[in-house]
Amino acid sequence: MTLGFDPRRDPRKIVIWTLVALGGVVMVMPFAFMLSTSLKSREELYDLRLFPLAPTLENYVYLFRESRFVRWFLNSFAIASISTVSVLFFDSLAGYVLCKYRFKGRQVVFIAILSTLMIPTEMLVIPWYVMSKNLGWLNTYWGIMFPGMITGFGVFLMKQFFETVPDALIDAARIDGLSEFRIFWEVALPLVTPALSALAIFTFLGSWTAFLWPLIVTNSASNYTVPVGLASFSGEFTTEWNMIMTGAAVATIPTLLVFILLQKYIIRGVILSGVKG
Amino acid sequence: MLGWYRSRTVGQKQAVWAWIFLALPLFFFVAIRLFPTGYTTYVSLTDWNLLRPKVFIGFDNYLRLWNDPVFWQVFANTFKYLLIGMPISLVLSFMVAYYLDQVRFLQGTIRALYFIPFLTTAAAMAWVWRWFYQPVPIGIFNLILVDMGFSQQPFLRSTSQALGSILAPAIWAGLGFQIVVFLAGLRAIPDTYYEAARIDGVGRFTILREITLPLLRPTILFLTVVSSIGFLRIFDKVYNMTVDGKGGPLNMTRPLVLNIYQLAFTDYRMGYAAAQTMVLFVVLLVVTVIQLRALRSK
Repeated sequence: MTLGFDPRRDPRKIVIWTLVALGGVVMVMPFAFMLSTSLKSREELYDLRLFPLAPTLENYVYLFRESRFVRWFLNSFAIASISTVSVLFFDSLAGYVLCKYRFKGRQVVFIAILSTLMIPTEMLVIPWYVMSKNLGWLNTYWGIMFPGMITGFGVFLMKQFFETVPDALIDAARIDGLSEFRIFWEVALPLVTPALSALAIFTFLGSWTAFLWPLIVTNSASNYTVPVGLASFSGEFTTEWNMIMTGAAVATIPTLLVFILLQKYIIRGVILSGVKG
Repeated sequence: MLGWYRSRTVGQKQAVWAWIFLALPLFFFVAIRLFPTGYTTYVSLTDWNLLRPKVFIGFDNYLRLWNDPVFWQVFANTFKYLLIGMPISLVLSFMVAYYLDQVRFLQGTIRALYFIPFLTTAAAMAWVWRWFYQPVPIGIFNLILVDMGFSQQPFLRSTSQALGSILAPAIWAGLGFQIVVFLAGLRAIPDTYYEAARIDGVGRFTILREITLPLLRPTILFLTVVSSIGFLRIFDKVYNMTVDGKGGPLNMTRPLVLNIYQLAFTDYRMGYAAAQTMVLFVVLLVVTVIQLRALRSK
């Protein structure tokens, strides 16, 4: 590794580097304290050293045995996975049609979908709740995930990316006699995988961390998602901070793992959405 | 049917497929987004507790809201989150990105450190920060203060400190996203501008003011809008950091979204809650439009 600069010629850079790096370390301190406390026994709780003297997994064992975290974890995972698959399929299909097909009403449809981006979720939760109540969707997976099965943002993002697929390629496939769906599925879709991976990551993380709607639509502990479960669990255990930190760690560790594994795609996705959005 | 399809022109066939492919997404957007928007607008004109039928009361909910001190408290809180949180988070993230852009050693790793809080569950992090704010001997902030010879602070328990105490983790969590976008914006500025300026012997701050910031205008615009919307819609953190999710003490931290949640789903005052979601919608719209205008016109 190189420093990228000559420290003797540019002492200013050493100061800058040190300050920026220190800031980064401060940024992750909450995680460090959360993890460290989750590994401490009750006797060590008030000892704020970062590395526990006698690290133990007893909090985790207790958490998994006495609370429904495993269930919440599976709920969140199933809901986030199904939502992501649905969003990827329908958003790219709609984005593809709006980008590549010429037909009457295209502009109207596009503007209608785009306008839904202006409507905040908070404005829709009352009708969604009434709808879920009348149709028996309260306390079901479908009830938690139906609002997020297709997203306006994803349609918009995918439409932008299908612009990079040359029309000549689609026309050639049409002349070869491929069906319209197979042209989308086998010709166009493989060419926009970077956008798909970004959309997949954001949809999954968005679903995993969603709070307001799952809080409204679930009221029995077996149907909670991880964030809602954590809120109710922590509300009951208000003084047992090592248990709360263990719960917070369980809720956070999957997203940290996703980040470590997919860092490159996530950063690229943020930049894509930042530049395009 | 098949014969009809075969006798169509290429353009007509495409239109048929377009509508087939769009059918489900269109139905979704109409049923789950557009229709509910109209429905909420109607509910805001009624008195309704979910059990009895809706009673149409015209603009009474809006009149009530105008005379409701809790609503104005909540409204003021929401703008405090915006007007304190947004500028601080933008200035901080720009400073970090600006300096991080100048160093190469472990740059990716440092960027990752700043970015990690952005990805994590807000509800979980809210509890971690709530723990930090506890009094001695539990909370780390007070332990540090006492260690340094200062007196303990009440933080979340104080009417004057609670809002700031909730804003800190909100700013902390959003910083990484803004830094990554700022960094991308900084890198998109062609080096030739800087080289030309250096040859002319222009100082660092002049370069920053005359070249970097003007060329970053689209990035700044984007982040201002996104960050403002985020602070105006703050909910998860306040719900998880205040006692029973009430936005206390004395409603001093309660933002609009939390008020809407409480009105609709603990008090079942659907009409009044719907009227407040209309206010939120208008606020988001107005703030976005003003920012787009102000930053674009220059």
